[in-house]
This record gives sequence, C-alpha cells and structure tokens, in this order.
Amino acid sequence: MASILRSKSVLLILYIQLCLSLLAPALAISSGSGDGYAINGQVKIEGVGAKGFGLPGKLSDVKVMLNGGQSITFLRPDGYFSFYNVSAGTHLIEAAAIGYFFSPVRVDVSARFPGKVQAALTENRRGLSELVLEPLKDEQYYEIREPFSIMSVVKSPMGLMVGFMLVVMFLMPKLVENMDPEEMRRAQEEMRQQGVPSLANFLPGAQR
Amino acid sequence: MDMVIMVFLISLMLLSTTISTFSLYEDQVGLMDWHQQYVGKVRDAVFHTQKTGRKRVVVSTEKNVIASLDLRHVEIFWRHVLGANAAIDGIDIAMGKYIITLSSEGSILRAWNLPDGQMVWESFLHSPNHSKSLLLVPTSLKIDKDNVILVFGKGCLHAISSIHGEILWMKDFAAESFDVQHVIQPLGSDIIYVVGFVDSSQFNVYQMNAKNGELLKHESAAFSGGFSGEVSLVSSSTLVMLDSTGSTLITVNFHNGEINFQKTHISDLIEETLGMAMILPSKLTGMFALKTSTFTIFIRVTREGKLEVVDEINHVTAVSDAVSFSEGQQAFALVEHHYNDIYVTLKLGQEWNSDLLKESIKLDRQRGMVHKVFINNYIRTDKSHGFRALIVMEDHSLLLLQQGEIVWSREDGLASVIDVTMSELPVEKKGVSVAKVEQNLFEWLKGHILKIKGTLMLASPEDVVAIQAMRLKSFEKNGRIVWSLLLNSLRKSETCVNPTRVNLYQWQVPHHHAMGENPSVLVVCRCGSSSDSPGVLSFVYIYTGKELSSSSLVHSIVQVISLPFTDSTEQRLHLLIDAQQQAHLYPKTPEAVGIFQREFSNIYWYSVEADDGIIKGHALKGNCVGQVSDEYCFETKDMWSIVFPLESEKILTTVTRKLNEVVHTQAKVIAERDVMYKYISKNLLFVVTVAPKATGGIGSATPEESWLVAYLVDTVTGHMLHRMTHHGSHGPVHAVFSENWVVYHYFNLRAHRYEMSVVEIFDQSRADNKDVWKLAVGKHNLASPISSYSRPEVITKSQVLLFYLFCESNSCYFYGQGYNFKAVLALNKHFLDPRRSINPTQAEREEGIIPLTDSLPIIPQSYVTHALQVEGLRGVVTAPAKLESTALVFAYGVRLFFTRLAPSRTYDSLTEDFNYDSLLITIVALVVATFVTWILSEKKELRDKWR
Repeated sequence: MASILRSKSVLLILYIQLCLSLLAPALAISSGSGDGYAINGQVKIEGVGAKGFGLPGKLSDVKVMLNGGQSITFLRPDGYFSFYNVSAGTHLIEAAAIGYFFSPVRVDVSARFPGKVQAALTENRRGLSELVLEPLKDEQYYEIREPFSIMSVVKSPMGLMVGFMLVVMFLMPKLVENMDPEEMRRAQEEMRQQGVPSLANFLPGAQR
Repeated sequence: MDMVIMVFLISLMLLSTTISTFSLYEDQVGLMDWHQQYVGKVRDAVFHTQKTGRKRVVVSTEKNVIASLDLRHVEIFWRHVLGANAAIDGIDIAMGKYIITLSSEGSILRAWNLPDGQMVWESFLHSPNHSKSLLLVPTSLKIDKDNVILVFGKGCLHAISSIHGEILWMKDFAAESFDVQHVIQPLGSDIIYVVGFVDSSQFNVYQMNAKNGELLKHESAAFSGGFSGEVSLVSSSTLVMLDSTGSTLITVNFHNGEINFQKTHISDLIEETLGMAMILPSKLTGMFALKTSTFTIFIRVTREGKLEVVDEINHVTAVSDAVSFSEGQQAFALVEHHYNDIYVTLKLGQEWNSDLLKESIKLDRQRGMVHKVFINNYIRTDKSHGFRALIVMEDHSLLLLQQGEIVWSREDGLASVIDVTMSELPVEKKGVSVAKVEQNLFEWLKGHILKIKGTLMLASPEDVVAIQAMRLKSFEKNGRIVWSLLLNSLRKSETCVNPTRVNLYQWQVPHHHAMGENPSVLVVCRCGSSSDSPGVLSFVYIYTGKELSSSSLVHSIVQVISLPFTDSTEQRLHLLIDAQQQAHLYPKTPEAVGIFQREFSNIYWYSVEADDGIIKGHALKGNCVGQVSDEYCFETKDMWSIVFPLESEKILTTVTRKLNEVVHTQAKVIAERDVMYKYISKNLLFVVTVAPKATGGIGSATPEESWLVAYLVDTVTGHMLHRMTHHGSHGPVHAVFSENWVVYHYFNLRAHRYEMSVVEIFDQSRADNKDVWKLAVGKHNLASPISSYSRPEVITKSQVLLFYLFCESNSCYFYGQGYNFKAVLALNKHFLDPRRSINPTQAEREEGIIPLTDSLPIIPQSYVTHALQVEGLRGVVTAPAKLESTALVFAYGVRLFFTRLAPSRTYDSLTEDFNYDSLLITIVALVVATFVTWILSEKKELRDKWR
C-alpha cells in the first residue's frame, strides 16, 4: 500500500512539473534545432482529462500520427505530445483513439520564421490558435439495443392483436352476461333466422 | 382452442424480437468474428518479478512492439505498436516501475509506466550523426536521489534522469568518428567507461565522471590486426573480440587506464579446424562463448588475462545472458537440440561441471530451432531458487518454460503473415469424403480455413518459412490453428542461401470430376535477393498440412502467372517467367502442354519495371531453342511497351482485377429504363503514376510540384483507355479494381485531405442493344466474341469524392460491393457512384443514387473491426462465403481479425444469435397447450352433452 501511495505522489509531482514546463509554450510553438523542428500539441478528451487519471487505460491507448504514419507518438499523462525533427512544410497530424473521431489537423511549419507553427482542422477548415486536438464526436461502434419496455410490446402489431384477443375473451362475456335474458334470446333467434354465426356462439359463457 | 391461438401469438412476439440487422450489437461480438493479438518475434525481454504485483515480462520485438506479458497465463497486459521506422534498440526497467525504451536509431527515449503502459515521459536526443545505440540503466548510479539512464545514440553519450526524462549532461563523440562498443559502469562506482574503435583498428577508452559527464581520461591504442564482429564484455575491465581475419582472439584489458592487448590464436586453444568462428553476444561473467559451424566453445578468461577452454558443446543453439540470483552467484542458460527434444541447462558461472538445473522438453518439430533464450530466477516456497526461461523459436513463437513444463506458448509468427489464401477444410477431420461435404452447403461454411504464412522480415538474414493454417468454425468463438508446417525445403541452406519473396498460389482445387484429388497450394520462393537467383517450389496439402513435394528450380522466378486453365486432375496451370524472359510451364506433364498449346496464341501478360517507368506486354513465341528437349520451356516476345517519362512520372501502383472474380450482371440499368453495358475485360490494368518529387509522402512536396495520373491500359494491345490527372495530389495510392470500376484512394495536398476517385467503364459499342432483336442478332450481340484487338468504344465516368480517413497499407480491398479501410471500414459502393450529383433527378433517386455530399460518410457502426484496431495492417483478404450474399474478411497485421460480413444483409437464414432454446420451449409449450385445451374442451363437450 505504501508503495502505491508513493508512486501516486511521484505521479502528482511529475504532473505538476510537466504542467509547469509545458504551460508556458501553450501555443503550438516549435523549437528549432538543426534541420528539424518540433511540434508540440495536446489531445483533450473530455471525461478522461477532466477526471484526472482515473482512466489511464484510455489515455495510454491514444496514438498521434504524423503524415499518415511516418512517425507515431503517444500521449504523456497530461495529454501532451511532441513530434521531433519535423522538416519545414505542410504536415498532417491525426489522432487515433478508440471511441472518438478526431479531425485531421493540417500543420504548417514555417521555414522563414523558425519556430512558427500554424494549425487548422481539415474537417471544417477552422484555424487553431493552439494545437489542441479535441474529438469531434464520439464513435459508437455498436448498435444500441432498445431496452425492453412494455409499451413497445403493446404498440407492436402482435401486441395489438393480443390486446384485442384479451378484450374479446374477457370483456365480451361480461357484456353478454349483463344483457337482459329475454333480449338475448330474441337476439339469438334473430341470428338463427339470419343464419349468421354470432361471436357469442363461440364464447364459453354465452352458451350457458 | 383460443388458448392455442394466444400461446402462438405470444411465441410469435418473442420471435419478432430476434430479427437480424447488419450492424453489430455489442453482445454479438465474437459470434461471427475472432481476433488474435500478437507481438512479433521477440528481440529483447526484461522480467519484472518482484514480490508485489503481478509477475510480468516486457518484450520488445522486431515488429516494433513493446508489450507486457503475463508470466502465468497467455495474456497481454498492454501493448504499444511504435511506428514502422521506430525500431527498438534497447529496453530496460528503471526504478522498478518504468520501462525505458530507446527507439528510432537511438533518438527517442521513452518511459512507460509498468502496470498500465501509460507513457510517462519522452525525450528526444538530437544529433545529425549515426551510430550504434546503446541503453544502459545502472541500478546503483544516482545523482541527487535520481537514477540516471545512460544512452549512447547518434554519436553522443547522454545521461538522462529517470524521473522526468531530462537530459542531465551529454558528451559528443561524433567528431572523432568513434564507433562505440560498450558503455560500462562498474558496480558501485561513479566512473563510466566508454569503449570503442576508431577506424576498426584503434581502441579507445574514455573514462568519465558519471555525475557531471566530465572526461577524466582518454586512452587509445592501435592494434595492427584490426577488429571484427561482436565484442564481448567479460568483466568490467576486460573485453574479448576477434581480429579482422577471424582466427585470433584479442583480449583487451583497460584497467586503470592502461590498455593491454593479448593475442591468442583459436587454433592454440582447440585442435580441430573450425572454419569461421564468431563470438556470441550473450553477456556472461568471466567467460564468453565462441560459436563455430559445429561447436559452441565456452572460454574462461582468467585474472591474468589467459584464455582457458571450459567446454565444447555440440548442438547448442542459444545461450542466455547471465543473471545473478543470490550473493555474487551468476547463472546462465544454454539450450541444446536433440531431434525433438530441447534441453535447457542452467550453468553456474563459477563452477562449470555442476549443472544447476537440467530440463528436457519435447517440442513440436514444426517450431524449428531455438533462436533466443532469456532467463529469470525466482524463489520457490521452500526458499530454493527456481528459474523460468523464455524461448524464442525459429518460427517466432514464444514459449515460457518453468520446471520442465511449457507454461504457455504464443504463436507470434502470425504477426508477420505475408500472404494469405483461403480454402475450405473438410467438416470432419478424416473419414469424410469431399463429395459428401459439398452436398451440405451449410456445413461448408463452418469449415473455412485460412492459410497463413509467416516469415521473418525480408531483411533479416535468417529467413524461414512457416506455413500456419488456422481453422475457423463459424460457431466456434475463435480461430484456432489447424496445422502448422515448417517448410524444410524453404529453410536456409547451402542450396538456398537467402529465401525471400514467398508467395502462395492455389494449386489444386478439387471439384466435380476430380473429387478424389488432394487440394493443395503452391508455395513459390526465391533464393537470394537478386532477380536471377533460382527459385524453390513446394506443394502443400491443405487438409493436413503435409508437404506433398518440393523442387528446387534451375531457373529463376521473376513472375508467376496463374493461367485460367486446369488439367484433368484440376491442377491449375502456372507459367513461371524467369530473368531471361523465358516462360516455364507447370505442372510438367504432357497433358498440361496439350492444354497449353491449344491456348498458345491467347496468352498475354505484362510486366512492370517501376524503376525505369516501363510497362511491357508480352506474348509467347515458341519453344526454347537453346535448351535440350525441354518442351515445357517457351520463348517470349515483347508485344508493346509504354514508357513513362521518368522526370515527370513515376509508377506507383498497378492493379488488375482478381483472376477468379465473377461478374454477375453485364449491364447496368440506369434511370429512364435505359441500359449501360459494362466494359468487362480481364486484360485491364490500372496504373497510377506520381510526380517524382511527391513520392516521399505527405510533407515532401508542395501542391505545385505534385500530381498524380491514373491510366487504364489494355494489357493485350497496350491501348490506353482512360487517362486522368489529379493536380496537387500524391500517394500513397491504394486502388481496388473490380468488374468495370476502379476506386482509388490518395492524398490531395491542396485540400489537405484524403480523396477517393472512382472510374467506371462502359461499353459504348453495345449501347444500341436496346431490344431483344438487336441483343440476339445485332452487330454487337451477346454471342459475338469480344476481342481486345478491335478498338473498343468505351466511355468512362469518373468522380472525385472526399474522404477523410487515412488508408493504411494496401488495405483497400473490395468485397462484393464495399471497401475496407484502416481499422477496416466497410463502405458501400453506392457511395462511390460516379453519377452521384448534388440534386439527383426523380428517376435517378429511384435507381438508388445517393445525393452528393461534401464527404463520404464514415459510419462508426460500419467498421468491420468494430472497437478493435488492426495495428500495422498489412493486408485484407476477402472471399465469398458459401452462404448466399455473405463474404469472409480477414485482416492481418500485428493483430489478426476475421469476420463474416453480409453487405446486403442475410436473408433466408437464422442469425447466429438466434435463440434456439426459446424456439424449442415455445414449440413444447404450444404442444402442451394444445393437449391441455383439447382435453378441457373434450370435458366441456361431455358436460354439455350430459346436461
């Protein structure tokens, strides 16, 4: 138990350190060194980042790809990622996370102003002031089963038919019972004369 | 009787809730699909077996995967697939909780949290140089309570904090053209030794302060003989290596900064002539292992620097590193092979003659030899020391041995599948004749197999082919391996130096009149990397995985053409083209030649020389003249050639139709009750060329200097039927060719997103076949043969559609009417209709044309692989299933995924998750209810009659 506590506190310190070190270059700033530049950014997934690291399994499976898989990187515990040694020009960054749909981001690394990076979503061509990737929408891979409800059963054609049957079975005899016996006899005679089979003939209560 | 009706109605109601749909419900996962995760051939492994927590081993593999595996069960705790060019050079554990990996040629150092695989920090070591990369995680070296990681990469030595990955200090060695061999940190001291060569003749030792990177001493000494091969670190100040001739061992002692060389001829140590010797890279203490063609020799280095032969052991195939298990005691494992048995022996470093442990295990021969062994010690309940060994076999499978038993084994060869064919297995293993099986179509479906062939990566020196087959039972939850076979004929040997370019072809598919024949596949392989190295053929029986026959060829194999003819035993005719442009016919039977001669003038093929930008068409000329009495060899001639200007266009992709594809309808009924005839030709080739500057992928070119040209070429005449240029676009291009349409996927630089284009070809010459009369007797009636020589009047329709997803590898294969993408997305062909417009007319809507939208829809539910990702996807194979309107899809990468799809939904059959129990219960209930109500009504009738 003690070791777990200790590792947690280490994580916390680490997180604070990382936050402090990375908050300063919040804008997607690249640091030039030699021929390549670095692109720094962040992936924000609501519910994962906000709740802290309660769901580390999710965050650790997120991958960020540069130029369709030329290089792949992973997220730090606070959601930040970096690509190193990127040449000046236009690049494409995609985030892949199961359950979320991310728009690919077009990133222009300027050669004239070393260290300047511009980013724009390709999905809706919206410019980004910071290189923060947020999922456009959740992805639901499975159809959702409709929960069982009495109403859906009743509303279905089968349900209506069964309902009608129940009405006929249990309410019709009651109606017939409440009739005046003389009137009923008259009605039965009329029917016999007409030769039309009556529903009451089939009912158990009516024949009594 | 009304009760009966009611029960029946209720049962119908129950049934109506189980009506099938196409997309998957979460609880349906695993009913029709299975998936298996692999890691690849293990390159390095570190154990983590502390008293607390779960015991695990972390492996890095040649597929650039790091994975944490359970030591108790076959389970992967977590797994990360790094990029394709991020090879993992080193892996270790720091501070007992982080996994440290060094990847991408020693430029990226990452720390992963051990329990869950979360990346903790990442650090980039920048330098323009290239050098060997080494990772050293000393346990005792500390700066301000911070463990230090030493990394040598790109010509610099870095000291990195293991808590947050900051570079503490660095020292550049690049200027001195220094070839580093070892970074040594003697236990408990603050001094680091960096040893290596300059120009492979001068030995250099740098003595450094580990705290601040200060260079304390630099010694160098020249050695006239030169060095070669592996350098073995015997103790913290002694190295052993071979000289450039490979016949002399050099012992280097650099204690206290003085460098002493000591030469020992191998022939002085051992009497026998040995041939080439090499030092094994295993880290043993006080000794090293020398491997020759017949023996493995263990040589001890004494304090005085003298060499003593300890033992010579035959059949040794792998030696592990030494691990220390108790106070100062170190042990290592060596693995010996005796036919089917492997012996794992644990030796103490100090006392050679007593074996600490000797275990023998029977192993399947199909796994081949042992390639690597890693050991780990643990303390048993009775306080004695136990050892577990992780063994990597020749077919890449991974075994964990403990106490003489195999705890688990993983078939990691399947992570490197390079070719797949699908065929059917008999329903029962034996005793069922094929004819019987074919009568029962539904049973067929249950017995599909996938033949999967795994080889090592083509670049590796030891290429071994393992054919492994999996059997899928539709109603079984997962695909299990039916058989696996190690093809001895394709193994590395004297006759076949370096087997590469392995491919599978259907050789014999028995049906109808040749029912008794054995279904088999042809395995074609080339020895050596050059195009004129000879080939090897092997025939493998599908049902049991026996190798029927194999033959080494005298000629080379450049191209294999499956001809659309079969002989009386249903063996498919194959034409093998060699480097001298001669065609060889297989099987070599007179009957095959007879069939072949009949079709002699109708056989055409093409070849693509992508480097020169030439596509050539070929035909047969006659029998070979030079060779004596070989009637199976034919001369060829060039028919036509298309030369693309190299300065403006470079061939990127060529795609043809699948040979065995069936076209169901020749015509397409369009709006206004009109008919368009598809131009269906087996001889169409789709070629994509790109601007030479734009071959490097995204980010390598500007929109102005990149373009992409798509061509449709008739391979018989060389006619170009269609040409289309996409400006500002470049590859990678993935294309699918089916029936009369081609769909291709590429990247548009201007819009900065992926696009898909579709081309459909229609035959205009038959367009006036409007009524029955013309169809029957008109100029272009249905019976008139279609010749490639008559210039076809075709019209092409094409359209560009926007698509957002990135399409990995050649994964855009088609099935029926759809496509598969990335995480394997199934896309309906209706979305890829070139006649889609923003406002379709009423008639077009009636036809089912979907209005044009801004981009192609990506419906998450239509991901074939649902919530899984096939990492490192290398291919998707589809095949029609025997059940109507269903297709089998198999995606392979580091993960294997298999499923059955019903693009237009299944009908006439119950779904997999149909509740048979409820049906039975309902029927029983109905029968009971019938009887009960019958008896009741009888009684009632009787009562009425008595009244």
